[in-house]
Amino acid sequence: MATQQFCTFYVGQLFFGIDVLKVQEVIRLQAMTRVPQASSVVRGLINLRGQIVTAIDLRRRLNISECDNKDPMNIVIQTDEGAVSLLIDEIGDVLEVSSDSFETPPATIHGVPRELISGVYKLEGRLLLVLDLDKALLVPSQEDTKKEDAA
Amino acid sequence: MSEMDLAIQEFLVESDENLNAVERDLVDFEGHPEQGDTLASIFRAIHTIKGTCSFLGYSNLENLAHVGETLLSLVRDGEITLTNKISSALLSMVDAVRQMLASIERTGNDGAEDYAELKAVLVALQDGEVSEDMASDEGRTLSEPLAIDAPSNREGGFSGERIRDPEILPVEESPSSLSTLEQNVEFLKVESPAASGDTRGSSVTESSIRVDVGLLDKLMNMVGELVLTRNQIGQGLSRIEDPSLLKASQRLSVITTELQEGIMKTRMQPIGNIWSKFPRVVRDLAISCGKDIRIEMEGKETELDKTLIEAIKDPLTHLVRNSVDHGIEAPAVREERGKSREGVLFLRAFHEGGQVNIEVSDDGGGINVQRVVETAIKKGLVTKEQAEKMVDRELLSLIFQAGFSTADKVTNVSGRGVGMDVVKTNIEKIGGTIDIVTELGKGTTFKVKVPLTLAIIPALIVTTAGERFAIPQVSLLELVRVDREQGSQVIEVIHDAPVFRSRGQLLPLVYLNTVIGLDQSSQKDLPNFSMPPISNIVVLQADTERFGLVVDEVNDTEEIVVKPLGQQLKGVSIYAGATIMGDGKVALILDVAGLAAKAKLGNRETEQAEKEDCTRADNQARQTLLLVQVGSQSRVAIPISHIARLEEMSGKVKETAGGQQVVQYRGAILPILRLNSLLAEGGITATDRTESFQMVVVDEQGRQAGIMVDKIIDIVDVMVSSLVISEQPGILGSAVVQGYVTDILDVNAVWRNTLMPEVAYELPESVGV
Repeated sequence: MATQQFCTFYVGQLFFGIDVLKVQEVIRLQAMTRVPQASSVVRGLINLRGQIVTAIDLRRRLNISECDNKDPMNIVIQTDEGAVSLLIDEIGDVLEVSSDSFETPPATIHGVPRELISGVYKLEGRLLLVLDLDKALLVPSQEDTKKEDAA
Repeated sequence: MSEMDLAIQEFLVESDENLNAVERDLVDFEGHPEQGDTLASIFRAIHTIKGTCSFLGYSNLENLAHVGETLLSLVRDGEITLTNKISSALLSMVDAVRQMLASIERTGNDGAEDYAELKAVLVALQDGEVSEDMASDEGRTLSEPLAIDAPSNREGGFSGERIRDPEILPVEESPSSLSTLEQNVEFLKVESPAASGDTRGSSVTESSIRVDVGLLDKLMNMVGELVLTRNQIGQGLSRIEDPSLLKASQRLSVITTELQEGIMKTRMQPIGNIWSKFPRVVRDLAISCGKDIRIEMEGKETELDKTLIEAIKDPLTHLVRNSVDHGIEAPAVREERGKSREGVLFLRAFHEGGQVNIEVSDDGGGINVQRVVETAIKKGLVTKEQAEKMVDRELLSLIFQAGFSTADKVTNVSGRGVGMDVVKTNIEKIGGTIDIVTELGKGTTFKVKVPLTLAIIPALIVTTAGERFAIPQVSLLELVRVDREQGSQVIEVIHDAPVFRSRGQLLPLVYLNTVIGLDQSSQKDLPNFSMPPISNIVVLQADTERFGLVVDEVNDTEEIVVKPLGQQLKGVSIYAGATIMGDGKVALILDVAGLAAKAKLGNRETEQAEKEDCTRADNQARQTLLLVQVGSQSRVAIPISHIARLEEMSGKVKETAGGQQVVQYRGAILPILRLNSLLAEGGITATDRTESFQMVVVDEQGRQAGIMVDKIIDIVDVMVSSLVISEQPGILGSAVVQGYVTDILDVNAVWRNTLMPEVAYELPESVGV
């Protein structure tokens, strides 16, 4: 039976997982430099051992209301274009899940999360949502953000 | 190992790369003959090999490359088209060059084989007179045996390719080529023992490794981070009194520093490394040209980045060869001109303004600009009309055009018109510039400027709204500090647009906090916003435009390491990248051109917003004006914000004090201005005839003055949309109000110029129209 390892984390009520091989490291909240004029999804730039990494607020990306979490975590993802960091609420375990518990996302999920969830693993007692990294790291341009705000 | 050995080894490594590129390009070019660039790069590669081996003294190799190059130049100039035969012959030449290089690596010379047949074919192809038979025959006999040989060198065995190729098979049947083949097989036999015992050759590539610059960058980043961490540990340890830990920390500190220096050193090299080859180059060249030349150097130790050293090596070699061949005259000519027989080639390098300047000077004949023009016209690089419009400097730069050469005859040294365009292209590729200073009869100096490194640039660090930003020094013109208390110069506002008078010119101002949206105070207040007492203006040059960037604080200039921004921020045009500051925090690098564009875009957005938000827009552009009549016809409008009271005065109360008409008004003396005199409304006005007159009392910071008018018409609330700017002093401009053309009074100017010259000062803003 094919299994896959997921690095899991929480954003709001949602329990997400991403392929553990894509994850470079998990670090605490770092000092960040704001990037004025960039999309609000971009929280800032982090100096990760001399490498400048863009931090994307996954809450904002998912359009989930802000919370006063003072200590979000950074999951640093390795992409073809360098490292990108995702700001999440809380880090979970690395889980090994079997592919037979996989299902495509249910039609009842709405809004931005629907676009960013590529599937669901039915675990005991909870559901693991597979985050579509390619889409999640795609930051909407400022115009789009404005339109969304207007709507 | 001597410098010469080093030079040879570098030549071998480099030539191998060049030949690989030539092979690839030639095959590529056969498939896409329309790509002229490819041909040019083949040509340059061969030219470089030829040039290098000529001064290393490999005449056989040089001769072969020269023949090949001549053929290539004809193809490049479009005189003959590249056929399969030609490319086969050229590929054969590449193989032959490889063999010679292998021989150089083993024995130290380029071998006795002179490849006469191959050269004959290459020469024959130049004339385009190769008979079908000869070409095919020769082409094959040449490519064939070499094709056997070449793979054997690299792979140590016969390749099966040849047999698979049906084109080549018949050759073996051809009796005429059989002997050649045998001859070459024999040659191969001679070669093979050496090829099998090729250990010495491979050691060349082992003793020097080519490291990816990316890896060095990564190492440098990590060392930078290590330094920061070490500093943090050092600070933390100062609170803990543990001698052993302290000792360890000190060692860490020393090692880190050494590591940092080491890593930096891997990238920085003295320019002497490439100069050291030149004395030999110059000597050999001078002898072959029959000249007497001495080379002098200054600033050998000037260091610059390894990648840059490599990039300027070829251009500098070309410049040196050029100076020897074209610049410095033959001894006899020099004597005739009253110079010493011995010419001097002077190389100079020095750091200046974050750049490395390299100069190649000669005391030769100089460049005859007229001849440059004539040649350029003859070669069709420029038309006569174009040339007439050009200044000397532009004309001189014609020598950097591809295909230009004023040398009367093509020698194997120079004169093919390849060198100079390569020089310019290569220098510009690394962000450098080249300039020529020449004086006919006195000599020529080529001034090359290249950046110190590619990754590190000098930048000005500024702070706005608590954020630090880096501005690349190249776009920086000057820094201006405006102190309102000092009062000499101020920022003025033209219809929402702040400007600053800089050396008699209006400099549009861009507020960084507004452009990047970090403005705490609302932008809407701009026409009346309170100017901070001190403004720091960074005058920047964006393409052709000059503008002033107003920032909160100007910090310092620093060398910064440019790092690219992630994919997610590519759409934000106002940043050129990011950098890590000394304290480990990230700062954004501003893109000056993007910033200028954004500032304009911002204005447009504001206009759109105004249309959407009517009330706000109305408030902004609406003006309440007092309409008065001056003389019999003129209507003048005075912004009501300046008016304290309207009074009707008796004509008799007018008095004169100190040459200024005054009235007694509420127990004080009020200076009076007659608007008709200001507006030069000639003739007797109504005011002079009537006993009483209308007076508008204007108030400016507690001081009052009266403006005498003929008639108060109305108070209107209007949109002043189309203001025609007036050049008349005291008049801001003209607008249509209530269907009449009305002059709008510039109360500030009136105040300044007429009423109270002694309290003349500029106000932060005019009447806000």
